[in-house]
Amino acid sequence: MDKCNTPLPLAGGAGGGPVADAPANPADSPSPNPSRKREGDRTEGDEPAVTLDAFLDSQTNATAVRLEAGDDARALLPYLDRIALVEVSFPTFRDGRGYSAARVLREAGYTGELRAQGDVLVDQMPLMKRCGFDSFAPQAEIDPATLEAALTRYENVYQKAADGRVPVWALRHG
Amino acid sequence: MYKYDQYDQQIVDARVEEFRDQVKRRLAGQITEDQFKPLRLMNGLYLQLHAYMLRVAIPYGTLDSRQMRMLATIARKYDRGYGHFTTRQNIQYNWIKLSDAPDILADLATVEMHAIQTSGNCIRNISSDQYAGAAADEVADPRIWAELLRQWSTFHPEFSYLPRKFKIAVIGAEEDRAAMRLHDIGIQLVKRDGVLGGRIYVGGGMGRTPMIAPEIKDFVTADDLLSYVEACLRVYNRYGRRDNIYKARIKILIHEIGADDYRRQVEEEFAHVKSLGLDPPKAEFERITAMFAPPSFVAADTPATPFVSSEVETPASATGVSTALEANGDFQAWRAQNTAAHKQPGYAIVTISLKPTGGIPGDATAEQIDLMADLAERYSFDELRVTHAQNIVLPHVRKADLYAVWQALDAAGLAPANLDLISDIIACPGLDYCSLANARSIPVAQKIATRFADQNRQRDLGELKLKISGCINACGHHHAGHIGILGVDKKGTENYQLLLGGSGAEDTSLAKITGPGFDEDGIVDAVETVTNVYLAKRAEGERFLDTYRRVGMEPFKEALYG
Repeated sequence: MDKCNTPLPLAGGAGGGPVADAPANPADSPSPNPSRKREGDRTEGDEPAVTLDAFLDSQTNATAVRLEAGDDARALLPYLDRIALVEVSFPTFRDGRGYSAARVLREAGYTGELRAQGDVLVDQMPLMKRCGFDSFAPQAEIDPATLEAALTRYENVYQKAADGRVPVWALRHG
Repeated sequence: MYKYDQYDQQIVDARVEEFRDQVKRRLAGQITEDQFKPLRLMNGLYLQLHAYMLRVAIPYGTLDSRQMRMLATIARKYDRGYGHFTTRQNIQYNWIKLSDAPDILADLATVEMHAIQTSGNCIRNISSDQYAGAAADEVADPRIWAELLRQWSTFHPEFSYLPRKFKIAVIGAEEDRAAMRLHDIGIQLVKRDGVLGGRIYVGGGMGRTPMIAPEIKDFVTADDLLSYVEACLRVYNRYGRRDNIYKARIKILIHEIGADDYRRQVEEEFAHVKSLGLDPPKAEFERITAMFAPPSFVAADTPATPFVSSEVETPASATGVSTALEANGDFQAWRAQNTAAHKQPGYAIVTISLKPTGGIPGDATAEQIDLMADLAERYSFDELRVTHAQNIVLPHVRKADLYAVWQALDAAGLAPANLDLISDIIACPGLDYCSLANARSIPVAQKIATRFADQNRQRDLGELKLKISGCINACGHHHAGHIGILGVDKKGTENYQLLLGGSGAEDTSLAKITGPGFDEDGIVDAVETVTNVYLAKRAEGERFLDTYRRVGMEPFKEALYG
């Protein structure tokens, strides 16, 4: 399948509410931040994401960057306020470097679109969302019902991450 | 012991449903075996030579009688009536049907158990000292820290697709009973100026490139623990190699960049991570601590408890005071060998050996598992432990009850008096079960135990930790054996290399290969040969390991190959 298929947006972007509050069909849900439209962000004619090297080397005014699995996301930290899209590549679902890249960007305050692209599978997407990804460009089609079940399955989480969900230790101790 | 609250239970219940859905999608062909593999592995399900193997998590090796009985139930209901306790303080079932796996997880969830992260390239079940909470030499109970880590690591969103598996051990004593420095992260609890903290070692491991973890941080308090390990893991996830699975463990990274550079990067990351508020409040530490409060020990002069078991009839008249029966030599030998000092006067720590002569190390039948559960309920404040040496511990037994416990164990074939002796062998499942193995481990263990079956001979040889792996992945911990055996494939036949001088204890060392390997009978002879060298060379009070360290490899080589 074409790598550039339309990204699948998610309810609850960076800092969004807990998954348990998500509407039944994430794809139909309104964004909690109406000023930032995810759906259709990337269409024919949109600015293509440039490589990290291209972004850093030239005096580009690109606002979309693509991180390969081996790229160090920390290199982007000085420029976050002018980036609208970071696309993180998952060459294979087994390569988990992109999860850390996402956390690093969100923890540094990046609020733009964070897209997981490549071998992105439904069973990994809940974890990706917890790390701060808010859009997905999977190589293979994702069944919406399976995705919805995956994203709403866990009412509770043990850790604080980049998605704003309240960990059980905080629930236990107010 | 830790007890689930509604949140823990919801998470484990949700996991059962998630895996049920994943199995359904796999069986319907909606996901490929390649895509399914990491999902099933993260639920402890391996495809082995003959069937699926399910590895059930026993967090830090601690369980109660209700959980132990469930392990017996699963052995009967879904397997062939037995289970195999592993070097990771877990239990494995070797004859599982994929379609049964969701039901097994559902059964486990009813007793606060699961198989989460017992395999896969994620943070594995946290291991610990089997004597935790009972050991006389303990600074603090390491299970409190281990439970914090268990929760933090469960479905960690960032660290579920690591370069390779990741094992963490926590100990609370100077004596290391958990091979702490042979883990990806080892934590030893220490007190400094009256404050409890953890000394952090990173980058140990066995496998094909064994390494002893260097100390990365001398002191981390519980308040900073999760942020610190988060930083340790993030640096690893960033740089750990993905191009070669044999070079993907954190030990390789630390070996390549050096402990100092790794430490510097972790400190830098920690300074950032600590600002994120990832660490639970003190109240959470206190909540967990309360659940590991010492049991209500009784004074030493209270009469002994009669034993009534559903499985074994034992005379209820055993009073625990000295009787003619107690003078029984077998009991005395067992008591001397298989009990350890307890911090509470009047109590002992009992190790139940799962190493009968000629048996399979770590195997127990459903009936034996039930009996051990009965004994724990009756005599050990309802607690059991699994040891990395594949034995079971009753951590809190009154000395007055030891005889009754021994009688019940002996009647069930569970009273070999061989803890830490040459027949207390660690062995991986080997080529009898495992698809990775090059050679069988179990028959070698059986032959060695049989060769040294004479109790007096074993006791004369003293502490001698013999460990057998059926391939270089080292699941049988051969690198840490006083005597290690490694099975290899030599031109299509099974061949066994002999190693000497390893230790998984506080004096951690890696065993060295003696020279050319041996066939199955030859390796048994070779073990006997090196024990004879020890007997001839030992100085007063020296263990095999001490003599080896003093005299070196040469005398052993000379005797083997001379």
